[in-house]
Amino acid sequence: MAGRVASSTQITHGQRLWLYVLVALVMAFLVIPCLIIIPLSFSDSQYLEFPPRGWSLRWYEAFFTSDEWLRSAIVSLKVASSTTVLATVLGTLASYGLHKKTGGLGPVVRGALMLPMMVPLIFVAIGAFFVYSRLGLNNTLTGLVLAHTTLAIPFVIIAVSNGLASFDVNLERAARSLGASPVRAFLTVTLPQIRISVISGMLFAFITSFDEVVVSLFISSGATSTLTKRMFANIRDQVDPTVAAISSMLVVLSIVVLIAAQFVRRDGSAAGDR
Amino acid sequence: MTAADIDQQPLNAGLLAGDERRQRAAMFGLSLPAMLLVALVLLVPFSWLAWLSLFDASGALSSENYARLLRPAYVNSFLSTLQVSAAVTAICILLGYPVAYLLSQLPQRVAQVLLVFIILPFWTSVLVRTYAWLVLLQREGVINTWLKQLGLISESLPLVNNLTGTIIGMVHVMLPFLILPLYASMRAIDPVYLRAAANCGASPAQSFRQVFLPLSARGLGAGAALTFVLCLGFYLTPALLGGGRVAMWSTQIADAVSKFANWGAASALSVALLVVTGIILWAMKLAVRRLGSSLGEG
Repeated sequence: MAGRVASSTQITHGQRLWLYVLVALVMAFLVIPCLIIIPLSFSDSQYLEFPPRGWSLRWYEAFFTSDEWLRSAIVSLKVASSTTVLATVLGTLASYGLHKKTGGLGPVVRGALMLPMMVPLIFVAIGAFFVYSRLGLNNTLTGLVLAHTTLAIPFVIIAVSNGLASFDVNLERAARSLGASPVRAFLTVTLPQIRISVISGMLFAFITSFDEVVVSLFISSGATSTLTKRMFANIRDQVDPTVAAISSMLVVLSIVVLIAAQFVRRDGSAAGDR
Repeated sequence: MTAADIDQQPLNAGLLAGDERRQRAAMFGLSLPAMLLVALVLLVPFSWLAWLSLFDASGALSSENYARLLRPAYVNSFLSTLQVSAAVTAICILLGYPVAYLLSQLPQRVAQVLLVFIILPFWTSVLVRTYAWLVLLQREGVINTWLKQLGLISESLPLVNNLTGTIIGMVHVMLPFLILPLYASMRAIDPVYLRAAANCGASPAQSFRQVFLPLSARGLGAGAALTFVLCLGFYLTPALLGGGRVAMWSTQIADAVSKFANWGAASALSVALLVVTGIILWAMKLAVRRLGSSLGEG
Protein backbone atom coordinates (compact mmCIF):
# COMPACT_ATOMS: atom_id res chain seq x y z
CA MET A 1 0.00 0.00 0.00
CA ALA A 2 2.66 2.48 1.11
CA GLY A 3 4.74 1.64 -1.93
CA ARG A 4 1.99 2.21 -4.47
CA VAL A 5 2.40 5.25 -6.65
CA ALA A 6 -0.39 7.75 -5.97
CA SER A 7 -0.04 10.16 -8.88
CA SER A 8 1.87 11.20 -11.95
CA THR A 9 4.63 12.65 -9.78
CA GLN A 10 5.55 9.13 -8.53
CA ILE A 11 4.69 10.12 -4.96
CA THR A 12 3.41 7.30 -2.75
CA HIS A 13 0.26 7.32 -0.62
CA GLY A 14 2.39 7.02 2.50
CA GLN A 15 4.43 10.09 1.61
CA ARG A 16 1.37 12.24 1.29
CA LEU A 17 -0.53 10.96 4.27
CA TRP A 18 -0.33 14.47 5.74
CA LEU A 19 -2.16 15.81 2.68
CA TYR A 20 -4.99 13.31 3.16
CA VAL A 21 -5.28 14.25 6.83
CA LEU A 22 -5.26 17.98 6.07
CA VAL A 23 -7.89 17.65 3.35
CA ALA A 24 -10.09 15.48 5.57
CA LEU A 25 -9.89 18.13 8.30
CA VAL A 26 -10.81 20.95 5.91
CA MET A 27 -13.76 18.96 4.58
CA ALA A 28 -14.89 18.27 8.15
CA PHE A 29 -14.62 22.00 8.85
CA LEU A 30 -16.82 22.68 5.81
CA VAL A 31 -19.50 20.07 6.40
CA ILE A 32 -19.83 19.68 10.18
CA PRO A 33 -21.34 23.14 10.86
CA CYS A 34 -23.98 22.47 8.19
CA LEU A 35 -24.98 19.14 9.71
CA ILE A 36 -24.40 19.58 13.47
CA ILE A 37 -27.39 21.89 13.65
CA ILE A 38 -29.70 18.93 12.96
CA PRO A 39 -28.98 16.89 16.14
CA LEU A 40 -28.76 20.15 18.13
CA SER A 41 -32.28 21.09 17.07
CA PHE A 42 -33.67 18.01 18.87
CA SER A 43 -32.17 19.11 22.19
CA ASP A 44 -34.61 19.64 25.05
CA SER A 45 -32.70 22.44 26.74
CA GLN A 46 -32.47 26.15 26.10
CA TYR A 47 -28.70 25.77 25.73
CA LEU A 48 -27.84 23.84 22.63
CA GLU A 49 -25.30 21.19 23.58
CA PHE A 50 -23.69 18.47 21.56
CA PRO A 51 -24.47 15.71 22.14
CA PRO A 52 -27.79 16.88 23.61
CA ARG A 53 -28.51 15.56 27.12
CA GLY A 54 -32.16 15.02 26.39
CA TRP A 55 -34.09 14.80 23.18
CA SER A 56 -37.33 16.51 22.33
CA LEU A 57 -39.31 18.05 19.54
CA ARG A 58 -40.07 21.22 21.50
CA TRP A 59 -38.30 23.60 19.10
CA TYR A 60 -40.16 22.14 16.14
CA GLU A 61 -43.36 22.47 18.14
CA ALA A 62 -42.44 26.08 18.92
CA PHE A 63 -42.14 26.75 15.19
CA PHE A 64 -45.29 24.97 14.05
CA THR A 65 -47.45 26.52 16.77
CA SER A 66 -46.25 30.10 16.25
CA ASP A 67 -48.39 32.25 13.99
CA GLU A 68 -45.51 34.66 13.41
CA TRP A 69 -43.05 32.00 12.27
CA LEU A 70 -45.63 30.26 10.09
CA ARG A 71 -46.76 33.52 8.53
CA SER A 72 -43.21 34.41 7.54
CA ALA A 73 -42.61 30.88 6.22
CA ILE A 74 -45.65 31.30 3.99
CA VAL A 75 -44.38 34.70 2.81
CA SER A 76 -41.05 33.07 1.91
CA LEU A 77 -42.74 30.21 0.06
CA LYS A 78 -44.99 32.57 -1.89
CA VAL A 79 -42.12 34.87 -2.81
CA ALA A 80 -39.80 31.98 -3.73
CA SER A 81 -42.37 30.28 -5.98
CA SER A 82 -43.31 33.52 -7.77
CA THR A 83 -39.60 34.34 -8.13
CA THR A 84 -38.94 30.88 -9.57
CA VAL A 85 -41.58 31.31 -12.27
CA LEU A 86 -40.68 34.89 -13.16
CA ALA A 87 -36.89 34.39 -13.09
CA THR A 88 -37.08 31.19 -15.13
CA VAL A 89 -39.22 32.82 -17.83
CA LEU A 90 -37.25 36.07 -18.02
CA GLY A 91 -33.88 34.34 -17.67
CA THR A 92 -34.67 31.73 -20.34
CA LEU A 93 -35.96 34.39 -22.75
CA ALA A 94 -32.86 36.50 -22.17
CA SER A 95 -30.39 33.65 -22.63
CA TYR A 96 -32.21 32.56 -25.79
CA GLY A 97 -32.20 36.11 -27.10
CA LEU A 98 -28.53 36.60 -26.28
CA HIS A 99 -27.49 33.17 -27.48
CA LYS A 100 -27.27 33.98 -31.19
CA LYS A 101 -26.34 37.61 -30.84
CA THR A 102 -22.55 37.77 -30.72
CA GLY A 103 -21.45 41.27 -31.69
CA GLY A 104 -22.61 44.74 -30.68
CA LEU A 105 -24.57 45.18 -27.49
CA GLY A 106 -24.87 41.47 -26.74
CA PRO A 107 -21.93 41.13 -24.32
CA VAL A 108 -22.83 44.43 -22.63
CA VAL A 109 -26.41 43.31 -21.97
CA ARG A 110 -25.22 39.92 -20.77
CA GLY A 111 -22.72 41.62 -18.45
CA ALA A 112 -25.44 43.89 -17.07
CA LEU A 113 -27.72 40.91 -16.44
CA MET A 114 -24.90 39.17 -14.54
CA LEU A 115 -24.32 42.20 -12.29
CA PRO A 116 -26.82 41.23 -9.55
CA MET A 117 -24.72 38.13 -8.89
CA MET A 118 -21.47 40.07 -8.70
CA VAL A 119 -22.19 43.24 -6.76
CA PRO A 120 -22.36 43.02 -2.97
CA LEU A 121 -25.88 42.23 -1.73
CA ILE A 122 -25.81 45.29 0.49
CA PHE A 123 -25.79 47.46 -2.69
CA VAL A 124 -28.85 45.73 -4.05
CA ALA A 125 -30.46 46.03 -0.62
CA ILE A 126 -30.04 49.78 -0.15
CA GLY A 127 -30.67 50.49 -3.84
CA ALA A 128 -33.94 48.56 -3.87
CA PHE A 129 -34.96 50.09 -0.53
CA PHE A 130 -34.25 53.57 -1.91
CA VAL A 131 -36.13 53.22 -5.18
CA TYR A 132 -38.97 51.20 -3.59
CA SER A 133 -39.61 53.95 -1.05
CA ARG A 134 -40.46 56.21 -4.01
CA LEU A 135 -42.59 53.58 -5.73
CA GLY A 136 -44.38 52.37 -2.60
CA LEU A 137 -42.99 48.86 -3.08
CA ASN A 138 -41.34 48.47 0.33
CA ASN A 139 -43.01 45.84 2.53
CA THR A 140 -44.92 44.36 -0.40
CA LEU A 141 -44.71 40.86 -1.82
CA THR A 142 -44.40 42.39 -5.31
CA GLY A 143 -41.30 44.29 -4.22
CA LEU A 144 -39.74 41.16 -2.75
CA VAL A 145 -40.49 39.11 -5.86
CA LEU A 146 -39.02 41.76 -8.19
CA ALA A 147 -35.82 42.07 -6.13
CA HIS A 148 -35.38 38.31 -5.73
CA THR A 149 -36.05 37.78 -9.44
CA THR A 150 -33.28 40.25 -10.25
CA LEU A 151 -30.93 38.25 -8.01
CA ALA A 152 -31.99 34.91 -9.48
CA ILE A 153 -31.83 35.83 -13.19
CA PRO A 154 -28.02 35.42 -13.48
CA PHE A 155 -28.23 31.85 -12.15
CA VAL A 156 -30.97 30.97 -14.65
CA ILE A 157 -28.98 32.57 -17.49
CA ILE A 158 -25.84 30.58 -16.60
CA ALA A 159 -27.79 27.31 -16.48
CA VAL A 160 -29.80 27.90 -19.66
CA SER A 161 -26.81 29.24 -21.63
CA ASN A 162 -25.01 26.00 -20.78
CA GLY A 163 -27.91 24.05 -22.24
CA LEU A 164 -28.10 26.23 -25.35
CA ALA A 165 -24.36 25.88 -25.94
CA SER A 166 -24.81 22.15 -26.57
CA PHE A 167 -28.07 22.54 -28.50
CA ASP A 168 -27.90 22.06 -32.26
CA VAL A 169 -29.51 25.17 -33.78
CA ASN A 170 -30.11 23.30 -37.04
CA LEU A 171 -32.94 21.40 -35.35
CA GLU A 172 -34.76 24.66 -34.81
CA ARG A 173 -33.94 25.80 -38.35
CA ALA A 174 -35.44 22.57 -39.64
CA ALA A 175 -38.66 23.22 -37.74
CA ARG A 176 -38.77 26.78 -39.09
CA SER A 177 -38.19 25.65 -42.68
CA LEU A 178 -41.08 23.20 -42.28
CA GLY A 179 -43.30 26.18 -41.52
CA ALA A 180 -43.30 26.43 -37.73
CA SER A 181 -43.56 29.95 -36.34
CA PRO A 182 -40.56 31.10 -34.22
CA VAL A 183 -42.60 30.70 -31.02
CA ARG A 184 -43.80 27.26 -31.97
CA ALA A 185 -40.32 26.13 -33.05
CA PHE A 186 -38.96 27.30 -29.70
CA LEU A 187 -41.69 25.66 -27.64
CA THR A 188 -41.81 22.32 -29.43
CA VAL A 189 -38.18 21.85 -30.51
CA THR A 190 -35.75 24.00 -28.54
CA LEU A 191 -37.36 24.04 -25.09
CA PRO A 192 -37.71 20.25 -24.76
CA GLN A 193 -34.04 19.92 -25.71
CA ILE A 194 -32.81 22.36 -23.07
CA ARG A 195 -35.36 21.41 -20.39
CA ILE A 196 -32.77 19.95 -18.03
CA SER A 197 -30.88 23.24 -17.94
CA VAL A 198 -34.12 25.16 -17.46
CA ILE A 199 -35.07 22.92 -14.53
CA SER A 200 -31.69 23.37 -12.85
CA GLY A 201 -32.07 27.12 -13.38
CA MET A 202 -35.46 26.89 -11.63
CA LEU A 203 -33.93 25.07 -8.66
CA PHE A 204 -31.21 27.73 -8.39
CA ALA A 205 -33.83 30.48 -8.57
CA PHE A 206 -35.93 28.91 -5.82
CA ILE A 207 -33.00 28.49 -3.43
CA THR A 208 -31.68 31.98 -4.23
CA SER A 209 -34.98 33.51 -3.20
CA PHE A 210 -35.78 31.24 -0.28
CA ASP A 211 -32.34 31.69 1.35
CA GLU A 212 -31.98 35.39 0.61
CA VAL A 213 -31.53 37.55 3.73
CA VAL A 214 -29.78 40.86 3.17
CA VAL A 215 -32.17 42.41 0.64
CA SER A 216 -35.25 41.13 2.50
CA LEU A 217 -33.85 42.69 5.66
CA PHE A 218 -34.26 46.14 4.12
CA ILE A 219 -37.38 45.84 1.96
CA SER A 220 -39.63 43.65 4.11
CA SER A 221 -41.00 44.02 7.60
CA GLY A 222 -44.00 43.20 9.76
CA ALA A 223 -46.52 41.04 7.95
CA THR A 224 -44.31 40.72 4.87
CA SER A 225 -41.20 39.60 6.78
CA THR A 226 -39.59 36.63 5.11
CA LEU A 227 -38.57 33.60 7.15
CA THR A 228 -34.89 34.48 6.85
CA LYS A 229 -35.49 38.09 7.90
CA ARG A 230 -37.25 36.92 11.05
CA MET A 231 -34.47 34.43 11.71
CA PHE A 232 -31.84 37.16 11.34
CA ALA A 233 -33.60 39.43 13.83
CA ASN A 234 -34.03 36.50 16.19
CA ILE A 235 -30.38 35.46 16.01
CA ARG A 236 -29.18 39.00 16.61
CA ASP A 237 -31.43 39.70 19.57
CA GLN A 238 -31.57 36.39 21.42
CA VAL A 239 -30.34 32.90 20.65
CA ASP A 240 -33.67 31.12 20.46
CA PRO A 241 -33.34 27.39 19.65
CA THR A 242 -36.46 27.60 17.45
CA VAL A 243 -34.03 28.96 14.86
CA ALA A 244 -32.09 25.68 15.14
CA ALA A 245 -35.21 23.74 14.18
CA ILE A 246 -35.88 26.02 11.20
CA SER A 247 -32.20 25.87 10.18
CA SER A 248 -32.31 22.08 10.22
CA MET A 249 -35.31 22.12 7.93
CA LEU A 250 -33.50 24.54 5.60
CA VAL A 251 -30.41 22.29 5.53
CA VAL A 252 -32.60 19.31 4.64
CA LEU A 253 -34.30 21.40 1.95
CA SER A 254 -30.88 22.29 0.46
CA ILE A 255 -29.85 18.64 0.45
CA VAL A 256 -33.11 17.63 -1.23
CA VAL A 257 -32.71 20.32 -3.91
CA LEU A 258 -29.07 19.33 -4.41
CA ILE A 259 -30.05 15.69 -4.89
CA ALA A 260 -32.88 16.73 -7.21
CA ALA A 261 -30.41 18.74 -9.30
CA GLN A 262 -28.03 15.77 -9.52
CA PHE A 263 -30.89 13.45 -10.37
CA VAL A 264 -32.22 15.74 -13.08
CA ARG A 265 -28.73 16.04 -14.57
CA ARG A 266 -28.13 12.28 -14.59
CA ASP A 267 -31.56 11.74 -16.11
CA GLY A 268 -30.71 14.38 -18.70
CA SER A 269 -27.35 12.92 -19.64
CA ALA A 270 -29.02 9.54 -20.09
CA ALA A 271 -31.51 11.22 -22.43
CA GLY A 272 -28.73 12.84 -24.40
CA ASP A 273 -29.14 16.39 -23.11
CA ARG A 274 -25.93 17.68 -21.63
CA MET B 1 -31.43 32.65 -42.73
CA THR B 2 -27.70 32.23 -42.90
CA ALA B 3 -25.03 34.18 -44.75
CA ALA B 4 -24.69 31.32 -47.24
CA ASP B 5 -28.34 31.63 -48.27
CA ILE B 6 -27.87 35.30 -48.94
CA ASP B 7 -24.85 34.67 -51.17
CA GLN B 8 -26.74 32.21 -53.29
CA GLN B 9 -29.65 34.54 -53.91
CA PRO B 10 -28.17 37.91 -54.72
CA LEU B 11 -31.44 39.23 -56.18
CA ASN B 12 -33.35 39.46 -52.92
CA ALA B 13 -30.24 39.86 -50.73
CA GLY B 14 -31.36 43.26 -49.51
CA LEU B 15 -34.72 41.90 -48.49
CA LEU B 16 -33.18 38.97 -46.71
CA ALA B 17 -30.67 41.16 -44.91
CA GLY B 18 -33.55 43.30 -43.69
CA ASP B 19 -35.36 40.18 -42.55
CA GLU B 20 -32.24 39.05 -40.71
CA ARG B 21 -31.89 42.44 -39.03
CA ARG B 22 -35.51 42.40 -37.89
CA GLN B 23 -35.13 38.89 -36.57
CA ARG B 24 -31.99 39.88 -34.67
CA ALA B 25 -33.78 42.85 -33.17
CA ALA B 26 -36.64 40.59 -32.10
CA MET B 27 -34.18 38.15 -30.50
CA PHE B 28 -32.50 40.99 -28.74
CA GLY B 29 -35.86 42.19 -27.48
CA LEU B 30 -36.24 38.93 -25.58
CA SER B 31 -33.62 40.10 -23.09
CA LEU B 32 -35.44 43.37 -22.56
CA PRO B 33 -37.80 42.33 -19.70
CA ALA B 34 -34.88 40.94 -17.68
CA MET B 35 -32.89 44.08 -18.48
CA LEU B 36 -35.72 46.34 -17.28
CA LEU B 37 -35.83 44.50 -13.97
CA VAL B 38 -32.08 44.80 -13.42
CA ALA B 39 -32.38 48.49 -14.29
CA LEU B 40 -35.22 48.99 -11.80
CA VAL B 41 -33.62 47.15 -8.89
CA LEU B 42 -29.94 47.84 -9.47
CA LEU B 43 -28.87 50.29 -12.16
CA VAL B 44 -31.37 53.13 -11.62
CA PRO B 45 -31.16 53.24 -7.81
CA PHE B 46 -27.40 52.97 -7.87
CA SER B 47 -26.92 55.76 -10.42
CA TRP B 48 -29.44 57.85 -8.51
CA LEU B 49 -27.58 57.32 -5.24
CA ALA B 50 -24.23 58.04 -6.90
CA TRP B 51 -25.72 61.28 -8.20
CA LEU B 52 -27.09 62.18 -4.76
CA SER B 53 -23.71 61.56 -3.16
CA LEU B 54 -22.44 64.68 -4.96
CA PHE B 55 -24.76 67.00 -3.06
CA ASP B 56 -24.85 68.06 0.59
CA ALA B 57 -27.90 68.18 2.85
CA SER B 58 -28.99 71.59 1.55
CA GLY B 59 -28.90 70.38 -2.05
CA ALA B 60 -25.77 72.26 -3.11
CA LEU B 61 -23.05 70.56 -5.11
CA SER B 62 -20.30 69.59 -2.66
CA SER B 63 -17.72 66.99 -1.82
CA GLU B 64 -19.00 66.84 1.77
CA ASN B 65 -20.06 63.20 1.54
CA TYR B 66 -16.67 62.14 0.26
CA ALA B 67 -14.75 64.35 2.69
CA ARG B 68 -16.63 62.57 5.46
CA LEU B 69 -15.06 59.28 4.35
CA LEU B 70 -11.72 60.62 5.61
CA ARG B 71 -12.97 60.74 9.21
CA PRO B 72 -11.15 58.29 11.50
CA ALA B 73 -14.23 56.09 12.04
CA TYR B 74 -14.63 55.50 8.32
CA VAL B 75 -10.91 55.24 7.60
CA ASN B 76 -10.64 52.60 10.34
CA SER B 77 -13.52 50.63 8.88
CA PHE B 78 -11.85 50.72 5.44
CA LEU B 79 -8.61 49.46 6.94
CA SER B 80 -10.29 46.74 8.97
CA THR B 81 -12.31 45.64 5.92
CA LEU B 82 -9.09 45.32 3.92
CA GLN B 83 -7.35 43.48 6.76
CA VAL B 84 -10.21 41.06 7.38
CA SER B 85 -10.60 40.40 3.65
CA ALA B 86 -6.86 39.80 3.24
CA ALA B 87 -6.75 37.49 6.27
CA VAL B 88 -9.78 35.50 5.11
CA THR B 89 -8.37 35.21 1.58
CA ALA B 90 -4.97 34.06 2.90
CA ILE B 91 -6.56 31.42 5.17
CA CYS B 92 -8.78 30.27 2.29
CA ILE B 93 -5.70 29.83 0.08
CA LEU B 94 -3.85 27.86 2.78
CA LEU B 95 -6.83 25.56 3.41
CA GLY B 96 -8.30 25.48 -0.09
CA TYR B 97 -5.23 24.94 -2.26
CA PRO B 98 -4.37 21.49 -0.80
CA VAL B 99 -8.02 20.41 -1.13
CA ALA B 100 -8.27 21.51 -4.76
CA TYR B 101 -4.88 19.93 -5.47
CA LEU B 102 -5.73 16.54 -4.00
CA LEU B 103 -9.16 16.50 -5.69
CA SER B 104 -7.56 17.31 -9.05
CA GLN B 105 -5.09 14.42 -8.66
CA LEU B 106 -7.73 11.83 -7.71
CA PRO B 107 -9.64 9.86 -10.34
CA GLN B 108 -12.60 11.88 -11.63
CA ARG B 109 -15.12 9.49 -10.10
CA VAL B 110 -13.70 9.77 -6.58
CA ALA B 111 -13.32 13.54 -6.95
CA GLN B 112 -16.98 13.87 -8.00
CA VAL B 113 -18.05 12.16 -4.78
CA LEU B 114 -15.72 14.19 -2.57
CA LEU B 115 -16.86 17.43 -4.21
CA VAL B 116 -20.16 16.95 -2.40
CA PHE B 117 -18.31 18.03 0.76
CA ILE B 118 -17.66 21.38 -0.89
CA ILE B 119 -20.94 21.77 -2.76
CA LEU B 120 -23.16 20.97 0.23
CA PRO B 121 -21.95 23.99 2.26
CA PHE B 122 -22.07 26.04 -0.95
CA TRP B 123 -25.78 25.25 -1.27
CA THR B 124 -26.63 25.66 2.39
CA SER B 125 -27.99 29.07 3.35
CA VAL B 126 -25.31 31.47 4.61
CA LEU B 127 -27.64 32.48 7.42
CA VAL B 128 -27.96 28.88 8.60
CA ARG B 129 -24.21 28.35 8.52
CA THR B 130 -23.56 31.61 10.35
CA TYR B 131 -26.10 30.61 12.99
CA ALA B 132 -24.41 27.22 13.33
CA TRP B 133 -21.08 28.94 14.00
CA LEU B 134 -22.72 31.14 16.59
CA VAL B 135 -24.04 28.06 18.38
CA LEU B 136 -20.65 26.34 18.14
CA LEU B 137 -18.53 29.31 19.18
CA GLN B 138 -20.56 31.17 21.79
CA ARG B 139 -19.57 31.47 25.45
CA GLU B 140 -21.57 28.44 26.57
CA GLY B 141 -21.37 26.95 23.10
CA VAL B 142 -20.38 23.50 21.92
CA ILE B 143 -16.66 24.19 21.43
CA ASN B 144 -16.11 25.99 24.73
CA THR B 145 -18.00 23.25 26.58
CA TRP B 146 -15.87 20.54 24.97
CA LEU B 147 -12.61 22.35 25.63
CA LYS B 148 -13.62 22.76 29.29
CA GLN B 149 -14.62 19.11 29.61
CA LEU B 150 -11.28 18.10 28.14
CA GLY B 151 -9.62 20.30 30.75
CA LEU B 152 -7.78 22.35 28.13
CA ILE B 153 -9.24 25.64 29.36
CA SER B 154 -10.86 26.72 32.62
CA GLU B 155 -12.52 29.91 31.37
CA SER B 156 -14.62 30.17 28.21
CA LEU B 157 -12.66 31.61 25.31
CA PRO B 158 -14.20 34.63 23.58
CA LEU B 159 -14.61 33.00 20.16
CA VAL B 160 -17.52 34.98 18.83
CA ASN B 161 -18.87 38.55 18.75
CA ASN B 162 -15.37 39.58 17.79
CA LEU B 163 -12.83 39.38 14.98
CA THR B 164 -12.05 35.68 15.57
CA GLY B 165 -15.64 34.58 15.07
CA THR B 166 -16.05 36.85 12.04
CA ILE B 167 -12.98 35.39 10.35
CA ILE B 168 -13.94 31.77 11.10
CA GLY B 169 -17.44 32.32 9.74
CA MET B 170 -16.23 34.17 6.65
CA VAL B 171 -13.61 31.51 5.84
CA HIS B 172 -16.38 28.92 6.00
CA VAL B 173 -18.54 30.87 3.55
CA MET B 174 -15.70 31.81 1.16
CA LEU B 175 -13.78 28.53 0.98
CA PRO B 176 -16.02 26.92 -1.70
CA PHE B 177 -15.68 30.08 -3.83
CA LEU B 178 -11.91 29.52 -3.85
CA ILE B 179 -11.88 25.72 -4.11
CA LEU B 180 -14.41 25.27 -6.94
CA PRO B 181 -12.75 27.49 -9.61
CA LEU B 182 -9.28 26.42 -8.47
CA TYR B 183 -10.24 22.76 -8.78
CA ALA B 184 -11.61 23.35 -12.27
CA SER B 185 -8.40 25.06 -13.40
CA MET B 186 -6.21 22.33 -11.82
CA ARG B 187 -8.25 19.62 -13.58
CA ALA B 188 -7.34 21.30 -16.85
CA ILE B 189 -3.59 20.86 -16.19
CA ASP B 190 -2.39 17.97 -18.32
CA PRO B 191 -0.85 15.28 -16.05
CA VAL B 192 1.59 14.55 -18.89
CA TYR B 193 3.68 17.53 -17.69
CA LEU B 194 4.04 15.99 -14.24
CA ARG B 195 4.90 12.60 -15.68
CA ALA B 196 7.50 14.27 -17.89
CA ALA B 197 8.99 16.02 -14.86
CA ALA B 198 9.15 12.71 -12.98
CA ASN B 199 10.76 11.05 -16.01
CA CYS B 200 13.39 13.77 -16.09
CA GLY B 201 14.28 12.87 -12.54
CA ALA B 202 12.39 15.52 -10.58
CA SER B 203 11.39 14.52 -7.06
CA PRO B 204 7.65 14.82 -6.31
CA ALA B 205 8.34 18.06 -4.40
CA GLN B 206 10.36 19.47 -7.29
CA SER B 207 7.81 18.63 -9.92
CA PHE B 208 5.09 20.17 -7.77
CA ARG B 209 7.09 23.35 -7.17
CA GLN B 210 8.47 23.81 -10.65
CA VAL B 211 5.66 22.46 -12.80
CA PHE B 212 2.32 22.25 -11.03
CA LEU B 213 2.50 25.38 -8.89
CA PRO B 214 3.28 27.77 -11.79
CA LEU B 215 0.62 26.12 -13.97
CA SER B 216 -2.00 26.54 -11.25
CA ALA B 217 -1.00 30.15 -10.41
CA ARG B 218 -3.54 31.59 -12.84
CA GLY B 219 -6.48 29.70 -11.36
CA LEU B 220 -5.28 30.53 -7.87
CA GLY B 221 -5.05 34.23 -8.72
CA ALA B 222 -8.56 34.27 -10.16
CA GLY B 223 -10.02 32.36 -7.20
CA ALA B 224 -8.21 34.55 -4.67
CA ALA B 225 -9.36 37.75 -6.40
CA LEU B 226 -12.96 36.51 -6.38
CA THR B 227 -12.72 35.61 -2.68
CA PHE B 228 -11.16 38.95 -1.76
CA VAL B 229 -13.76 40.97 -3.64
CA LEU B 230 -16.64 38.97 -2.16
CA CYS B 231 -15.18 39.59 1.31
CA LEU B 232 -15.00 43.36 0.74
CA GLY B 233 -18.76 43.66 0.34
CA PHE B 234 -19.84 40.81 2.62
CA TYR B 235 -22.52 41.83 5.12
CA LEU B 236 -24.32 38.94 6.76
CA THR B 237 -21.58 37.07 8.61
CA PRO B 238 -19.71 40.13 9.96
CA ALA B 239 -23.04 41.58 11.11
CA LEU B 240 -23.98 38.45 13.07
CA LEU B 241 -20.62 37.09 14.26
CA GLY B 242 -18.86 40.42 14.76
CA GLY B 243 -21.23 41.40 17.55
CA GLY B 244 -21.00 45.05 16.45
CA ARG B 245 -17.28 45.10 17.17
CA VAL B 246 -16.09 44.45 13.63
CA ALA B 247 -16.79 47.55 11.56
CA MET B 248 -16.83 46.41 7.96
CA TRP B 249 -17.56 48.57 4.95
CA SER B 250 -20.85 46.79 4.39
CA THR B 251 -22.03 47.18 7.98
CA GLN B 252 -21.18 50.90 7.81
CA ILE B 253 -23.34 51.24 4.68
CA ALA B 254 -26.20 49.38 6.37
CA ASP B 255 -25.90 51.52 9.52
CA ALA B 256 -25.79 54.75 7.53
CA VAL B 257 -29.14 53.81 6.00
CA SER B 258 -31.00 51.97 8.74
CA LYS B 259 -29.71 53.80 11.85
CA PHE B 260 -29.00 57.30 10.58
CA ALA B 261 -31.03 57.50 7.34
CA ASN B 262 -27.98 59.25 5.92
CA TRP B 263 -28.26 58.51 2.21
CA GLY B 264 -25.39 60.84 1.31
CA ALA B 265 -22.93 58.90 3.48
CA ALA B 266 -24.32 55.53 2.38
CA SER B 267 -24.01 56.36 -1.29
CA ALA B 268 -20.52 57.84 -0.96
CA LEU B 269 -19.44 54.68 0.89
CA SER B 270 -21.01 52.50 -1.80
CA VAL B 271 -19.36 54.40 -4.63
CA ALA B 272 -15.98 54.16 -2.86
CA LEU B 273 -16.45 50.40 -2.32
CA LEU B 274 -17.39 49.94 -5.97
CA VAL B 275 -14.34 51.90 -7.15
CA VAL B 276 -11.95 49.95 -4.90
CA THR B 277 -13.50 46.65 -6.03
CA GLY B 278 -13.14 47.67 -9.66
CA ILE B 279 -9.49 48.67 -9.18
CA ILE B 280 -8.66 45.37 -7.47
CA LEU B 281 -10.33 43.31 -10.19
CA TRP B 282 -8.56 45.30 -12.89
CA ALA B 283 -5.17 44.97 -11.15
CA MET B 284 -5.69 41.23 -10.72
CA LYS B 285 -6.59 40.90 -14.39
CA LEU B 286 -3.39 42.71 -15.36
CA ALA B 287 -1.31 40.61 -12.97
CA VAL B 288 -2.83 37.37 -14.23
CA ARG B 289 -2.24 38.42 -17.84
CA ARG B 290 1.38 39.33 -17.11
CA LEU B 291 1.84 36.03 -15.28
CA GLY B 292 0.27 34.20 -18.21
CA SER B 293 2.53 35.86 -20.79
CA SER B 294 5.67 35.34 -18.70
CA LEU B 295 4.78 31.66 -18.38
CA GLY B 296 4.19 31.54 -22.12
CA GLU B 297 7.64 32.92 -22.82
CA GLY B 298 9.38 30.71 -20.27
